[in-house]
Amino acid sequence: MTTDILTPVVGNPALAARWHRATDEPAWVRLILISVALGFLALFLVLPLAVVLYGAFEQGLQVWWAAVNEPDALAAIRLSLLVVLIVVPINLVFGVSAAWAIAKFEFRGKPLLISLIDMPFAISPVVVGLIFVILFGSQGWLGPWLAAHDMRIIFAVPGIVIVIAFGTMPFIARELIPLMQQQGKEEEEASLTLGASGWKTFWYVTLPNIKWGLIYGVILCNARALGEFGAVAVVSGRIRGETNTMPLHIEVLYNEYMFTAAFAVSSLLTGLALVTIVVKSFVEWLDERHRPASNTH
Amino acid sequence: MFLAAKPKKVIPGFGLTMGFTLLYLGFIFLIPVGGLLLYTSLMSWDDFWKAVSHPQVVASYRLSFGASLTGATINLIFGSLVAWVLVRYRFPGRKIVDALVDLPFALPTAVAGIALVTLYASTGWVGQYLTLFDIKVAYSQIGVVIALTYIGLPFVVRTVQPVLEDLEAEREEASASLGASRFTTVRRVILPALLPALLTGYALAFARAVGEYGSVVFISGNMPYRTEITPLLIVSKAEQYDYQGAAAIGTVMLVAAFLLLLLINGLQWWTQRRGL
Repeated sequence: MTTDILTPVVGNPALAARWHRATDEPAWVRLILISVALGFLALFLVLPLAVVLYGAFEQGLQVWWAAVNEPDALAAIRLSLLVVLIVVPINLVFGVSAAWAIAKFEFRGKPLLISLIDMPFAISPVVVGLIFVILFGSQGWLGPWLAAHDMRIIFAVPGIVIVIAFGTMPFIARELIPLMQQQGKEEEEASLTLGASGWKTFWYVTLPNIKWGLIYGVILCNARALGEFGAVAVVSGRIRGETNTMPLHIEVLYNEYMFTAAFAVSSLLTGLALVTIVVKSFVEWLDERHRPASNTH
Repeated sequence: MFLAAKPKKVIPGFGLTMGFTLLYLGFIFLIPVGGLLLYTSLMSWDDFWKAVSHPQVVASYRLSFGASLTGATINLIFGSLVAWVLVRYRFPGRKIVDALVDLPFALPTAVAGIALVTLYASTGWVGQYLTLFDIKVAYSQIGVVIALTYIGLPFVVRTVQPVLEDLEAEREEASASLGASRFTTVRRVILPALLPALLTGYALAFARAVGEYGSVVFISGNMPYRTEITPLLIVSKAEQYDYQGAAAIGTVMLVAAFLLLLLINGLQWWTQRRGL
């Protein structure tokens, strides 16, 4: 039947061209649309990236290395890494727990729980910082008690850890929840009915299935934890060599007109951001390769 | 038949995982947020109102919300165009471009901030040409819009892309075979199908922009009444130990964020229902 309709089209180039055009745009329209889209992305994505890398390496590798290998920069890098080492594992356990509870069980209030997990993402980082200043600051709720017990949270490392944990809480959970919901629970049920323990099932059945989503979630959480700025700016107090994380150190350098050094430290975080998006593309590519078999809907 | 007899709850760990999830959420999120709201609620209404309606604060709302709306609108237009081009057309480097869209999401905001101000300063790569036309971007409200556009860029693209990919070709073919021009098909068939996703992306970009701090403070110049965004006011009040003022404005921002999240959830629910 389709051939009957198509016969006149096939025989007639002019008609065929018009048929093609009906669900496609003419070449010149396509060219304009692609050019405008790429122009927009070049302006907003490529140029900022280029200016960071140019600024960092403009004066050569030695200057770059001197800026990175300088006591205050090293202290900032060390603090940022320490924070990440604490925050990422906690958020990893949280993400896996939340995804397990949400994906494998039915309970009331599930949409509410998912919204709650999303919420730190919607709150301004500055408000996150403020919340903890009001809780733990010298004039906050617990300030006098902390002072009496000689403990510091605000303008110290614990405050930085807490605000970053808050700000990066959703990333691993958001990655895992849809993934585990999509995979269902049949495989786990099979493993458990065959006598494997719960941990063993998680380790040998669930984990291999969510491996790549998990890795991307961890890397994204890591990049966001290293880059968190607004919340840390409120609670850190910017004590040089003590409570400056990498982004705060970049701010200090920039405000002191040490642009090359600022871009040099920025280049480290930029490299990490690039790794993050490469891993994301790779995970999506894996996902697409596995998808076609189940792509029936 | 055999499977029907299986015990109802084979999978263990509900208590453990749910317990930890709620405990963590409670301690790191619910109690602290409750603390802020309680702190604000203990202020007298007069103090609260004075703090949130001071002309300098109102000027900052106008800038924060106005520039966020402008940025989200730019992203709505160009973001849907980018999504369309990435889904429908094939060109060299498409995969790389696609991956790069996530950059503003992964790049630290402070790095974005100093990159943007360096680009748009009067001596910068872009700024030096704009000064020829007497356009000042850095240290002006346009700079704020640029930063907020940058930060919201991934959202419209990433919400529209999957919907566009799932759109059945049959609908467009039907429209075309019924005699509609390509323009009419796009306007009357494709655009309505994309509407919920477009609105969701718009709201997400807007919500992200309203609270943004790091990428804006470098390029805005932070002049009171002119280029001072609301998050910056919160920071400076907290730095001056004016916790009450900061908490009052912070509560306004928090309520705005909750309302936006509610709106976004509604929009996503609408998108999913449309998808069925």
